[in-house]
Amino acid sequence: MCLAIPAEVTELLPDEMARVNIDGVGKIISVALIENLKVGDYVILHVGYALTRIDPEEARHTLALLAELGGVAEPAS
Amino acid sequence: MKYVDEYRDGNRARQLAEVIAATAAPDRLYRFMEFCGGHTHAISRYGLEDLLPDNIRMIHGPGCPVCVLPAGRIDMAIALAQRPEVTLCVYGDLMRVPGSQRNSLLRAKAAGADVRMVYSTLDAIAIAEQQPAREVVFFAIGFETTTPPSAMAIRLATEKRLGNFSIFCNHVLTPPAIQAILDGVDLADPDQVALDGFVGPAHVSTVIGTRPYEYFAETFAKPVVIAGFEPLDVMQAILMLVQQVNEDRHQVENQYIRAVNRDGNQRAQAAVAEIFELRAQFEWRGLGLIPHSGLKLKPAYAGFDAECRFEMPELTAADNPACECGTILRGVKKPADCKLFGTVCTPDNPMGSCMVSSEGACAAHWTYGRFRDIQRKAS
Ligand code: SF4
Repeated sequence: MCLAIPAEVTELLPDEMARVNIDGVGKIISVALIENLKVGDYVILHVGYALTRIDPEEARHTLALLAELGGVAEPAS
Repeated sequence: MKYVDEYRDGNRARQLAEVIAATAAPDRLYRFMEFCGGHTHAISRYGLEDLLPDNIRMIHGPGCPVCVLPAGRIDMAIALAQRPEVTLCVYGDLMRVPGSQRNSLLRAKAAGADVRMVYSTLDAIAIAEQQPAREVVFFAIGFETTTPPSAMAIRLATEKRLGNFSIFCNHVLTPPAIQAILDGVDLADPDQVALDGFVGPAHVSTVIGTRPYEYFAETFAKPVVIAGFEPLDVMQAILMLVQQVNEDRHQVENQYIRAVNRDGNQRAQAAVAEIFELRAQFEWRGLGLIPHSGLKLKPAYAGFDAECRFEMPELTAADNPACECGTILRGVKKPADCKLFGTVCTPDNPMGSCMVSSEGACAAHWTYGRFRDIQRKAS
């Protein structure tokens, strides 16, 4: 029940709704819980509602950190 | 999928496991509880336990709303659905949860009750609009993640003046449950599992932020790391917990910074505060009555509250005495310790809610873990 997935906003619709793209599949969801959403933003979608926006900067930061941690374990070459 | 696949890289997970093994002190035991069913699912599905050194143990906590719903509330929902004027809308995971007497909403539906599976509260609102002559009730359940969508449904129903829509509210809060676990852990009792830290909820925290956990970290001196649900997120969180334990720190740290901040989603919090208020107490399967752990509709919205509207008597039902859901939810026992696991109780014929929900510890172990047990025994 808590499973939620990232979705890309492709079109803003009236009544605080939006069309999103989830891995090629289109869906219409409510974005009433998020302010100032733009086309191209990624959100976390849960039971038909966008719960939060994914911060692309922070996502990159986490990945960079993971890469760095992984690198530590690699044999020095 | 963007923001998913890159956090599932197997090589990176193995590298991270090596870093964790190198960081963990070989002479100490690290016992971490992942609160959320989503983490339990990720740990089982990607076999993360196999990657971790033996002295790091993951304890599966009570964080699945389906698993902690007591059988009495299912009985109440079944009684509601059996009223001839009612259409009951439910999230799919609830259909097969056994109430008492092995009844379920699925069986009630087969016997003629009007039970509909919905994906979203918006679907329930649409059904109420399409069927003005029926009483449409939404069976609301879940932690802080599903509560804002329920609040939005009440707002919508108010705006649209829907006189035939109501909610059977079973929303619960995660911080009181964490508190109940920490209060109940008896360090002197060998049957109790002591904890060294928590992997904190992912999506719940997108709504409430990381701030509510600061109290636990402080009061109980336990580190909490909020983590995303992908395998690399969980591995990184475990590393962060190991580091905190090593350094004797107990802080709230946030691994899931791409979606969670300290304050959470304030719009969502405001919607919840507008519609709901605390119940004095609420029963959790396995944890018993927990004060201030559940929500109900505010008196101003009593017209949308199914419990007021249909004068629903409060039902309580004893759990099947052989089912170990309760001890499993508290992290004291494992699914394989239950006598019914895999024999009488399977996902096709669940005896307890931990086997119904795909995020439940028993279902996760059934799907991904049981062959590993057999291999371990054989070797
Ligand atoms: S295996 Fe079934 S009966 Fe045993 S604890 Fe899990 S859900 Fe309950």
